[in-house]
Amino acid sequence: MPDVTFTVDGKTLTAPAGTLLIDACRKAGIEIPAFCYYPGLSLQAACRMCLVRQEKVPKLQTACTTTVAEGQVFVTESPEIAQARKATIQLLLGNHPLDCPVCDAGGECELQDMTFKYGAGESLYVEAKQHREEQQWSPAVFYDRPRCILCYRCIRMCGEGMDVWALGIQNRGTHSVIAPNDGDRLDCEQCGMCIDVCPVGALTSGSYRYKTRPWEMNHVSTICTHCADGCKVTLGVRQIDGDAVIIRSDNRDKSGINNDFLCAKGRFGFDFVESAERLTKPLVRNAAGALEPATWDHALRFAARRLKEIRDSKGGAAIGVIGSNRTTNEENYLLQKLARTVLGTNNIDHQRSTDYAAFVRALAGHTGKTVSLRAIASAPAILLVGGNPTEEHPLLAWHLRTNVRLNHARLYIANTRPVKLERQAKLTQEIPAGGYKDLAAFLEAGQSDFSKAILAEESLVIIFGEEFRGETVDSLVTWGIKRNNVRFAYLGDHANARGAADMGLFPDLLPGYVPVSAPGDFAEYAGLPAAPGKSMTQMFEAAGQGELGALLVVGANPISWLGANPADLKNTFVVVQDLFLTETAALADVVFPAASLYEKSGTVTNTYGDVQMVRKAADRAGVKPDFEILVRLAGAMGVDVSTLVPFGSSATAGMRGMTADLGQSRGAQAGEADRHSVWLEANGLEPKLSPFDPLAVLDEIERLVPGYTLDRLNLFAGNDGTTEPGSSPGFVPVAALTGTEHIVPAHDTLFTSGTLGRYCAGLNELDKHQATELARTAAD
Amino acid sequence: MPKLVSHPDEVKIVTRRFGQGAANIGKYIELGGYEAVKKCIAQGPEWIINEMKASNLRGRGGAGFSTGMKWSFVPKQSAKPKYVLVNGDESEPGTCKDHLIFLHDPHSVIEGTIIAGLAIGAKTGFIYLRGEYRYLLEIVEKAVADAYERGFLGKNIFGSGNDFDIITQSGAGAYEVGEESALMESLEGKRGVPRIKPPFPAVVGLYGGPTIINNAETIATVPHVIAMGAEAYSAVGTPRNGGTRLFGVSGHVERPGIYELPMGYNLKKMIYDVAGGVRGGRKLKAVVPGGSSTPVLLPDEIETLGMDFDQVGKAGSMLGSGGVVVIDDQTCIVEFALRTISFYQHESCGWCIPCREGTDWLKKSLTRFHAGFGAASDIDNIQYLAENMLGRTFCPLGDAAAMPTIAFVKKFRKEFEDHLNGKPCPFAKHVELTVV
Repeated sequence: MPDVTFTVDGKTLTAPAGTLLIDACRKAGIEIPAFCYYPGLSLQAACRMCLVRQEKVPKLQTACTTTVAEGQVFVTESPEIAQARKATIQLLLGNHPLDCPVCDAGGECELQDMTFKYGAGESLYVEAKQHREEQQWSPAVFYDRPRCILCYRCIRMCGEGMDVWALGIQNRGTHSVIAPNDGDRLDCEQCGMCIDVCPVGALTSGSYRYKTRPWEMNHVSTICTHCADGCKVTLGVRQIDGDAVIIRSDNRDKSGINNDFLCAKGRFGFDFVESAERLTKPLVRNAAGALEPATWDHALRFAARRLKEIRDSKGGAAIGVIGSNRTTNEENYLLQKLARTVLGTNNIDHQRSTDYAAFVRALAGHTGKTVSLRAIASAPAILLVGGNPTEEHPLLAWHLRTNVRLNHARLYIANTRPVKLERQAKLTQEIPAGGYKDLAAFLEAGQSDFSKAILAEESLVIIFGEEFRGETVDSLVTWGIKRNNVRFAYLGDHANARGAADMGLFPDLLPGYVPVSAPGDFAEYAGLPAAPGKSMTQMFEAAGQGELGALLVVGANPISWLGANPADLKNTFVVVQDLFLTETAALADVVFPAASLYEKSGTVTNTYGDVQMVRKAADRAGVKPDFEILVRLAGAMGVDVSTLVPFGSSATAGMRGMTADLGQSRGAQAGEADRHSVWLEANGLEPKLSPFDPLAVLDEIERLVPGYTLDRLNLFAGNDGTTEPGSSPGFVPVAALTGTEHIVPAHDTLFTSGTLGRYCAGLNELDKHQATELARTAAD
Repeated sequence: MPKLVSHPDEVKIVTRRFGQGAANIGKYIELGGYEAVKKCIAQGPEWIINEMKASNLRGRGGAGFSTGMKWSFVPKQSAKPKYVLVNGDESEPGTCKDHLIFLHDPHSVIEGTIIAGLAIGAKTGFIYLRGEYRYLLEIVEKAVADAYERGFLGKNIFGSGNDFDIITQSGAGAYEVGEESALMESLEGKRGVPRIKPPFPAVVGLYGGPTIINNAETIATVPHVIAMGAEAYSAVGTPRNGGTRLFGVSGHVERPGIYELPMGYNLKKMIYDVAGGVRGGRKLKAVVPGGSSTPVLLPDEIETLGMDFDQVGKAGSMLGSGGVVVIDDQTCIVEFALRTISFYQHESCGWCIPCREGTDWLKKSLTRFHAGFGAASDIDNIQYLAENMLGRTFCPLGDAAAMPTIAFVKKFRKEFEDHLNGKPCPFAKHVELTVV
């Protein structure tokens, strides 16, 4: 659309013709109040708050439905307009309970804000207000009917945004209420988006209601710890009994890759942090064979001594290391560096949920072939193969739906089973079981309408699921590279599964998928073993044969994941760092209570390669971040920790002059880290990095890992940066190690999240509620 | 069947077949029916639209928009099917004209619908009857079936090569659905709330197709306009207000009923002469000229008032739906205002805030006020409330509630004040109001 020029409050503005006046004004910094208008959702013009005066038009017009055209003249603030808005608020407040002092939304309420601005301080009515009882629709969603102003945002978000259509209006006129599809119960995805968009306190969250006032919380913007999409979440944290406790998780900061979106896990799956089963003291196995609480000092010294003994007596080859899908990039990097340079072994692996190594092998040397989530959100044509994003990648599903709805993107779906996103698809193709390997040939042949349409696309994004492995990945990616207009995304599970792979938690690959056999810049690793190590399955085989002297497990539960025989580890010294006493931790000789992703800082990489910053929100007495545990463990083994973590002053060789830490050591205040360093610098003091600060390792990651060049300022500002490991020209991959590719997808539902999910009481409750609803529907 | 009334001043155009059994298709044809449509087939769409424009027929639903003009807005070419929609959701209090048309002359609606379809190139028409008119649905459905049987509907109507279908639909009891876009929502099977305009129905209407939606009386008038010719039709009535109107005179008159009178007919004469004057020899206190949403007029305002869209508009009210409600001097205006607002409160769809909340608070305030518990400030508050609804609601329902309220307060402030200070209602009826 060509730009048009028009006048608002005497200012000349320019916007594409057909832009909604409210959007054009907001972009220009002119505030237009609105309850019902919500960007991206259908227009309602129901709240009448955005009334403005348009020249030559007799009645006040709604800015949310007026499109701008050349030469128009608008007035958005005048006594007449202010009066109209005031009158509307007076009407709303007439029936509103005004229970602001106890309302969850108090302080975060658009009705409060507008009343403050337009002033409707006097009530004109003496009649009784309409009262209706509050309803609980599900464990997650409560509806306080009198507070509702009927803006219909929830209905539209649920229907248009989520494609769930679980909400509607019941009755009419002043008796109108929002009602769920099942009368008084919600049978839905329990995403809580309705709560998020509610401008008042009508829809409240089962996990948050009546817990605190918003201003009593610190709001920390970080990344969700559950699936591999990496939504930005805002954690509301409050000091309770010396701990910083997460009270709420929502999407207050809508600047992330998830825009408006957050799913049930992001919103309600934070209570594991406060679970009664949480480990808060190190445990050491005593002479009687039982785990008993110990001091950090004792546990660290004991573990370090035994690891050192085993390394020195049996060699690094007798030690195995298993890393995590949920710890930060810095922790994963540190773990593999510790394994390779301190423990002297390449026996390192993680719980692989997808075959990232094959993906990088197939892409090797080609730049610009992967696609960030932001690019997917606006791609004109997308082919989704395998996977079921609605359940396993809710944010991806949101972006696909929204892209189709608002940008008319063309979505093609090829799958062996029906998936819900087919409702948005232009064309679908059923794939026979085991048929993914022939997909590239099928598309290239161009015999069917489906492949013809794909071939006709000028540019294409292919998103494929974990069903693709090894050669299947290779054939699809090779086909796409040959076509030269295809970019890819590969779906894995868990918050930092991609980061675990990128950071080299492989027996044969260093960070950035650099082969251990040709380490390149990693040659600076002192004592790096040249031969590939054992994969996880091989480690357990070795353990079963009594050949694995020690096993260090960080944030993983291989016993459950592999279905390994616990007896295999009876002759192995096992050290586990975890939040809970998992099946694996229960077998350990030493268990260190670890901090969760919500209690530490660092970076994580989502399955699309987008790197984002994690900020410490909660604080739990007794636990330590895995980063610190690893550094302390190495220190206790007698290692000069500065060789592991290049901390120190900015003058230290190899450092890039970092002047801020990630707030790791100083508490839960968002942004405190930066203020701290600013203060130091202002006072002429040189900021020192501590050995427990992951930022020093981030420096090293950027220096050594191919494809991990980050815009640091952007990252610190809370934005995402894209990485493309393996893409650098001249990158030479090695063939996959045979017998190592044990890959098990998580197949998490909307309410499960691997081992961690078991400890999320809120998610379990939602799972149970939905199972009941399902049974009820089936019985009908 | 309700008793038909008549008066020598009546000019029987639309009502000329009333009481003659024209619901029977044979009788309708015998009385000259389905000749207009044949004429239209012969003359073609452009001629029909020009004829309609020349007739000065203005929409009988209340807004008074030129029918020919409305039809001319429909794009000639359209990817989506075009539709003709007959708005038979007659629900405005004081209005009961369409009901007689469906009862006595349903084929005139069918014939008018076909003509409208020919004019805009539609192949489908819908007749939407208000839910409470379910008993009329049978009559209309029978008429439609008879028309199909004769080949007047269906494929190749009248051997013209044109196809045209009519589908009937009954509402579910919502006044709001009388608003054209809400009616379309309802017809599509959705909740009856209005749509955002623009786009207007002529461009994007039913099922997204270009649609003309006309009041049932307007559509029933169409065949008569064609039959007698635009010139002859527009000669009846006043300038820019062609033809006759079905005035439904109700309230405190001796002979209430539907009278077909030329546009511009004097209101005082209509009350005193045509309808036999105020009942029981009482005095006229006020008159609502065009259905309950139109501002009330005082006796001295109707002396020379001609009942057409322009003159009533100039007098500060609206011709509306032609429902003339006569109020005698024994009537409490506060109670009248309360009853009026009670209707709109009950019928507000709830979509937008000013109407949903405004009608409710007006009703609550007036209820209390009429019961003798009002304060002087209430009078201003009632007026303030209504004035702040006016022009700010999503659809005209809010205006329909606000306009009469403002007029009642402004013109009868004294009577409101008489209810103050715990005094009983001067009209002493004071029965506990049954509120709908």
